[in-house]
This record gives sequence, structure tokens and C-alpha cells, in this order.
Amino acid sequence: MIQLEREEIAAPVSTGRWEPRIIAFCCNYCAYAAADLAGSKRMQYPANVRIVHTPCTGKIEMEHILDAFEKGIDGVLVAGCLEGGCHFLEGNLRARQHIGRMREILDEIGVGAERLKMVNLSAAMAPAFVERVEEIVETVRALGPSPLSPSRRKESAGKS
Amino acid sequence: MIVASPKSVTELKNLIAPHRKVLFVGCGTCVTVCLAGGEREVGIASYAVRMARKIEGKPLELTQITIERQCENEFIKDMAEPAAKADAIVSFGCGAGVQALAERFPGKPVYPALNTQFLGILEEQAVWTEKCLGCGDCMLAEFGGICPVTRCAKRLLNGPCGGSTEKQCEVGDGRPCAWQLIYNRLKSIDQLDRLDAIVPPKDWSPSWHGSPRKIVREEHRV
Repeated sequence: MIQLEREEIAAPVSTGRWEPRIIAFCCNYCAYAAADLAGSKRMQYPANVRIVHTPCTGKIEMEHILDAFEKGIDGVLVAGCLEGGCHFLEGNLRARQHIGRMREILDEIGVGAERLKMVNLSAAMAPAFVERVEEIVETVRALGPSPLSPSRRKESAGKS
Repeated sequence: MIVASPKSVTELKNLIAPHRKVLFVGCGTCVTVCLAGGEREVGIASYAVRMARKIEGKPLELTQITIERQCENEFIKDMAEPAAKADAIVSFGCGAGVQALAERFPGKPVYPALNTQFLGILEEQAVWTEKCLGCGDCMLAEFGGICPVTRCAKRLLNGPCGGSTEKQCEVGDGRPCAWQLIYNRLKSIDQLDRLDAIVPPKDWSPSWHGSPRKIVREEHRV
């Protein structure tokens, strides 16, 4: 199990206002390389995202995602290879099914399915990676902090 | 094996609503194989229920353990210690497992996390089908190893009903006509003459229609 400590998922910049914290599980063979390429090309993308390097999206256990949400993360992006392009043939297709089930659970418990998204990229698609990251950051920013996030809990404590 | 399916997170959460300290118990046998109540499923359900309770402002103290078999006292011993600390137990075993835990821990509420479905086999990845009803008087020899008692929607013992189309049962849902399967099978093992015999009405008393069943094998008693 990947251990995500509070400090690792801490708010990216202390601007005084709430900033979403997002984890991107990136497949080694595509999205991680795309993120790397984006870095090499000096492309800017929001600092709200922490990347977790995974061997294949099919290897991401449902518990990894639920663990991140329980620890208060506001959103999770799972980035795998283009469909048909998985290094392990169908890991990304399995991941898509797992993510579908996770989204149902997140909706059912009140966290919200929109906070979890899967995207498909190739290693060369650095601009697409940046776009997908910007999209999820905007989606989650519009949703506000996760109901399990420490900032939401502080807010509600302040109100009562 | 016994095939079960999980209850929804909401149902599970409602079952344990009055309790604060709860033990989730997985079973390492049938329900692990059918991906319903093994260590992984207990872990996922634990996360989901714990988060749901946290959002409701009623945090749950949840521990989890998966024992080898819930239907045997010998293995239930392994969970005695965490069970003692819990207000309630949720069993991810089949109906037999739930009842075995309830008998073993008379002072604790024990709730089921699964809906026990049937005796079946794995057809393909994540697809299980029912193969045995546990009728207590096996007739498989007469039908080439395909059970019409279980697999014919009308439980017919003397040939098909006439409602099947293109080898499919008229009940639908993509299930094959059991009698078509029986015919094909008997033909392939050269025993089609078995179909000439009239099968008398089945005695259902050894089945669950009689009463709860019990087996005592004196030769193995100690």
C-alpha cells in the first residue's frame, strides 16, 4: 500500500485561500512520461497535483484511491495509456472498470464521483496531460474541498 | 463453491448505524474466490463505510480481520480477541458463516455483509452460474452430468418444455436450455437411451422442503 502522509498532500501554495489537492496516479509507460515531457518542455500546469508513479493503471488497487480520499485528498486523476496501447495489453481497460465502480462508491457515500477521473494519454501527449490536469483542478475547485478534507472539517467546526 | 454478492455500502452502513466499534470479518474460502467477502473486499467496504460515517459526523472505530473459514469453529478462534473489543460484528461470509459467528458470540450482534446466492462455478472472469440446488438426492448420472433440477427454469425431469428457441431457454437472460445441453451431452457420451426412461416424480423431502438438514457420519465421529 502506498503510504500518503499529510505533509505530502499538503496544500501546494499558501495563498491564503483554499486550493484543491489532487493526486495523479500516472502509468509509467504513458502519462508519467507525458508529465516528464511536459516538464522538459517547460510547460506550466497547476501545482495542486502530486504525481504517484505506477507501473500500470491496472495495478492501482481500489484501496489506494479510497485511502487517498479517506486521508482528505480533494480529487484523484488516474492517467493511463490510450485504449489499445497498454504495455500489459489490457491493464488500462481493467482500470477503467475499477474506476467506474469507485465512482459509484464515492457517489454513494457522499464524496462525489466527479472527484475521481480517468484519462488516457500516450507518452508523447504532454500538452494533453497539462490540459487534463488543468481540467480536474478546475472541476475540483468548483466542487470545493472534499467532505473528508481537513479544510472542510475546519470550516464546519468554525461555523458551529 | 458458495457464491455470494455484496450488499450496497448504504445497506451496510444502515445495518451498523447504532454501533461505534465494529469488526468486519472476511472469509478466506468461497466468498474470497467469488470476490465478495475476502480480505480485499473487506478492505474496500471498510474504507467506504468509514468515510460515509465520517461525513455523517459519526466516526466509526472499525477493525478488520479475515479468517480462513467462518463456518468452522476452529478458525473462528482466531478472531476471538478483536471480537471481544467490538460492539458488533459484520460477517463477510455466506449465510452459514454469519450464523456460525452468531452462535460463537452470543452477546454480540452479527450482521451479514453479503447476499448468499447459490452453489455454482466460475464461468469466466467475474461471471458465476448456478449449478447445484443441493436437493439431497443427486440425479446427475441420469442426465449426463447436467442438472435439470437446477438449470431448467421449470425443473422438468422428463424432457424439454417446448418453449426453448435456438437452444435458449424461453425464460430469457441468455441462459441455455438445460434439456438441449442434456441431449447434446448424452449424445456425445453415447447414452441417449437414458432419455427413454421415465423419471418418476422427485422426492423433495431430502431437500430444504423437508426441514433443516443434518448429516451425522458415525464412522467419523470421535
